[in-house]
Amino acid sequence: MKTIVAIKQVPARDSQLRLNSGATWIDEEDLTFEINEPDAYALEEALQLKEKLGSGEVIALCLGPERAASTLREALAKGADRAIHVVCEKPEALDPLAVAKLLAAAVRTESPDLLLTGLQSDDLGSGQTGVILAELLGCSHATIIMEVVVQGGEVRVKRELEDGWFQYIQMPLPAVLTIQSGLNRLRYATLMGIKKAKTKEMRALDAATLGTSPVAATLDRIYPPDRQKQTQMLTGSAKEQAAQLVEKMKFEMRVL
Amino acid sequence: MILVVMEQKAGVWHKMSWETLAGGQQLGAALGQPVAAVVLGDGISGLAAELATKALDKVYAVEHAGLASYTPDSYTAALTALIGQLQPSLVLFPHTYQVRDFGPKLATRLDRVLLSDVVRVNPGPVFVRQLFQGKLNSDVRPSTPAPHLVSLQAGAYRADALAAGSATVETISPALEASRQKPEAPFRESSRAVDLTAADLIVSVGRGIKEADNLPIVEELAKALGAELAASRPICDNGWLPMERQVGSSGQTVAPKVYLAVGISGAIQHLVGMKGAKAIVAINKDPHAPIFEVADYGLVGDLFEIVPALTEEVRKAKS
Repeated sequence: MKTIVAIKQVPARDSQLRLNSGATWIDEEDLTFEINEPDAYALEEALQLKEKLGSGEVIALCLGPERAASTLREALAKGADRAIHVVCEKPEALDPLAVAKLLAAAVRTESPDLLLTGLQSDDLGSGQTGVILAELLGCSHATIIMEVVVQGGEVRVKRELEDGWFQYIQMPLPAVLTIQSGLNRLRYATLMGIKKAKTKEMRALDAATLGTSPVAATLDRIYPPDRQKQTQMLTGSAKEQAAQLVEKMKFEMRVL
Repeated sequence: MILVVMEQKAGVWHKMSWETLAGGQQLGAALGQPVAAVVLGDGISGLAAELATKALDKVYAVEHAGLASYTPDSYTAALTALIGQLQPSLVLFPHTYQVRDFGPKLATRLDRVLLSDVVRVNPGPVFVRQLFQGKLNSDVRPSTPAPHLVSLQAGAYRADALAAGSATVETISPALEASRQKPEAPFRESSRAVDLTAADLIVSVGRGIKEADNLPIVEELAKALGAELAASRPICDNGWLPMERQVGSSGQTVAPKVYLAVGISGAIQHLVGMKGAKAIVAINKDPHAPIFEVADYGLVGDLFEIVPALTEEVRKAKS
């Protein structure tokens, strides 16, 4: 079975974000980057499926600037067999359809049985790449997946619904699944894995050579959100803040 | 025309549908356009009749046995046909898990992009989306011709602003092929031994707690307050607390008198589950964390210092 995992590199979770001078994107200088969390679970699921079946190939796919190569290298160290890097210096200028069209162009000739990706990215958060890819590649799909069982030419998945509900869905392969965080336990790369990764194939494709589509949506500007509420900020030492809060709980919230 | 796509499951409306419908009415008034709503399913004349009591120009009931339970294939096919027929300028969806499942597929089939999880529509129209889990906002404009497809975040519009009226219902029977996805009946995992919805006080813990071994300090605070303990998704994903204590879009929706968020950054998936609380207290080291946008009281600092101090003060106040 051939599985492609589409992963994205995003700013590390606790990053302090500052706007760039034109307020068109964040200032990326001084930021550290890491794999988008749900994508890490998608990669892990692909590796576990391969281990369960005892054979197959896992291909890590990423669209992003040069720096994103480090995230692909990490995927190889964890056990992916090879990597495809669609090099694109300003991915934030692309809408979800344009991103998916480039990714589809990069993997069309691969004819994977399964394509996994995280349910959404922590930066743009559109949550659309997987679903659009399925439509472009003519595959069936399911989203927000908590369990994957491949049996014959079919896949049975557990889909998360809202309010604590779930549902099993069966569909034929090839299929695209968007993976929810927490469906497995993530592994760390071993020293051996890191060493082996250096010998694995990493193919770089220039996004410009994969064909362009007109941008369907443009991002005009970014800015800090306005507060929905007047927040009373309590100040002072931890002890002083705690004492003030207890006062508020007594006399304003009236719960003590 | 503005077309609002309503959501129902087994004859019960998804409540975000009403917010989206109210949004459709307001945008229709602002843009000077008629507003229609569509409901899909099998045996939905009752739902369509209920929709027809709202101030709308038209209600479409798309009926087919293949729409009895949702699949992305059937919904995409049925809505592609309807949108092709009606040529709306704007198609509005509630940003539900179901819309996340088929919306991008539908948009792609129409060679459009879905503007997903929109929190506000400004004149233009310019669509406001959140980035970086709510830390920043962005203004987005579609650059393709109509129709524009937009899904609205929970709370973007208020359902109680919905205007009543009367509309005619047109029933449509689409031609549908069999769906590739075979869905089974939805189920609930646990018996919900913990009912957070009844709690007056909730102490909820997030990633800021760093590791499972640190949980006792939050448990102590909950105990001192007589509060239920809850958590954001990552804590339950890690198995540090059971799933039934999860608050948010995939967990429980709570509305206590006080919700004390400890080390929770405030991603929208969490906020939708707790922003109905009467008072929200946030303790977080990052003054820019989105949780402070919904908090009534904010404490910026190290939770490992503040929480034990708070537990002590609560005990003092109660003794």
